Amino acid sequence: MSFLSVQALSRHWADTRAVSEISFEIGEGEFVALLGPSGCGKSTTLKMVAGLETPTGGRILLNGEDITGRAPGQRQLSMVFQSYALFPHLNVKENVLFGLKARKVPAAEQSLRLARAIELVGLGDQIHKKPSQLSGGQCQRVALARAIVSRAPLCLMDEPLSNLDAKLRNEMRSEIRALQRQLGLTVLYVTHDQVEAMSMADRIILLNQGRIEQMGSPRELYHEPASLFVARFIGHPPMNLLPLSDHYLGIRPEDIRLADGPDSIANATVTYCDYQGADTLITTEFQGANMTFSLQGHHQLPVGRRLAIDWDSHHEHHFSSQTGLRLRSLIQQKESSHVEIR
Amino acid sequence: MIRHQQIYAWLLLLPALALLTAFTYVPTITTIWDSFTGTGMQAHTGFTLDNYRFLVEDDVFWQVLGNNLEYAAVTVPVSVALAMAMALWVNGKVRGQSALRLAYFTPTILPMISVANIWLFFYTPEIGLFNTLLGWFGLKGLNWLGDPDLSLYSLMLMAVWKEAGFFMIFYLAALQGISPDLYQAAELEGASRWNRFRRVTFPLLMPTTLFVLINAFLNAFKLVDHLFILTKGGPNNASNLLLYYIYENAFSFFDTAYAAALTVVLLVILVVLAVIQFGVIERRVHYR
Repeated sequence: MSFLSVQALSRHWADTRAVSEISFEIGEGEFVALLGPSGCGKSTTLKMVAGLETPTGGRILLNGEDITGRAPGQRQLSMVFQSYALFPHLNVKENVLFGLKARKVPAAEQSLRLARAIELVGLGDQIHKKPSQLSGGQCQRVALARAIVSRAPLCLMDEPLSNLDAKLRNEMRSEIRALQRQLGLTVLYVTHDQVEAMSMADRIILLNQGRIEQMGSPRELYHEPASLFVARFIGHPPMNLLPLSDHYLGIRPEDIRLADGPDSIANATVTYCDYQGADTLITTEFQGANMTFSLQGHHQLPVGRRLAIDWDSHHEHHFSSQTGLRLRSLIQQKESSHVEIR
Repeated sequence: MIRHQQIYAWLLLLPALALLTAFTYVPTITTIWDSFTGTGMQAHTGFTLDNYRFLVEDDVFWQVLGNNLEYAAVTVPVSVALAMAMALWVNGKVRGQSALRLAYFTPTILPMISVANIWLFFYTPEIGLFNTLLGWFGLKGLNWLGDPDLSLYSLMLMAVWKEAGFFMIFYLAALQGISPDLYQAAELEGASRWNRFRRVTFPLLMPTTLFVLINAFLNAFKLVDHLFILTKGGPNNASNLLLYYIYENAFSFFDTAYAAALTVVLLVILVVLAVIQFGVIERRVHYR
């Protein structure tokens, strides 16, 4: 049975539909990322699950109980905010204990839980400091400790890492993931950063304009994007998309190679080289469209240089030009009759 | 080079310094001087402690000081509490929010003299608004300003009405500086409405409260304009306040030396309040 079940959840304002009838399920102990560009409705969805925003339609079930109408404090969930939302006048200890005091947990249990949470996030010596005396990363840990100490089975995270610098973000990513596994937390994690979603989540729910564009494991989203939107959104650099007469052909940059056979014909023209250290991104013009691919090491190809590029047909993705949806039948067709587009 | 900068700095300070010296420091020093050397209207009659001796023995002074302390002790907490309540109320999602804010702020825009004139109409025994209202319910009107047991409280009521709207603005600004995330976090942690106020809003408003408290106390001693219109300190000094008593001594009884001594007392009270402001508030504001 699913742990959290969101059913046809909607949030409409006068003439904007922030979230339109989205449904998904999360299993116990699962780490699910709500991914999407800004304004796609991911934060609104999270706030509705938290009870901080009232849905205009749909239901939310937690552990089989309908919590749609419950106050945020009665939903048995914790939340980590993008701004950390630490109380500036309280020290670390008081911040972490805030919820336990509000819920009148016995003092002895409070200190036990506090000690454990503080140890888990590694804040032992900062316990009497005020938030203003802490670094961004430490504030983030306090916010995590506050979520852990509540022992709520569901933890919501709203872009918790976006205020940290790149190095710290990478560290915290693996730390949050490790904590989640260790504690068996169910996490619903909002982010606009596909790297975060890909590296942390068991499953990704990709939202676009208030609707679910695709839902699945990071691998599924990457290897079988369900639509043009997913294909463009997931992957860096993004998938190359060639408009053909009746549909779009998609091909990931890393699936393209230089053809070096004796009968290979130059079919692409270099327009730009972007050296990135481990590899070089080479942008070419191919049949009137941009085609980017990466080559290992440093390459400085002159603009206008003719290249022969090639890929395996099983790496091709096809999308309908009318609906933008993935064409599965076409792939099978093409695979059987190894094609001629090149 | 540094010398030039020094001169430049002093030149920039000069206008303010000149005005402060001419209208604040010199009068302060002469007041203190006069209180020790003057008798009645005459200045420089030789060093004397008579003015202070008289002050200690002056029953009216003690009554006026008591009145003023009571006036402060009542109007300050009441107006500050009211200001906070109004700010919380108009900061929420209320219909006609800006109209409400304006309504609460209006008394502040009015000069004290106009306010006193309006309230004089409210308090007038026969035709005043309050007594007319009481009359509708068949109640006997009160002599708001003429009754010695009532006149000081009538002044307090008006002062609270005038001050609360002004302090509300400070609270409103402070409330809008509190991140909504904090309330959402508190709500998720299961904190009740009262709990959220007690553990989040109130402590975060503390710097504002201290600032407002000190200002309210200063105003309680500084603002006496309404006495000129409403009671002139009467009846029988029942509603007299320290600054008005100083004015009476200087310009009605022509005892400037005694007025100077009284002024020194007022000055000491104000300095103590200022020291508290700088000492306590400056230290406690920094927890942001």
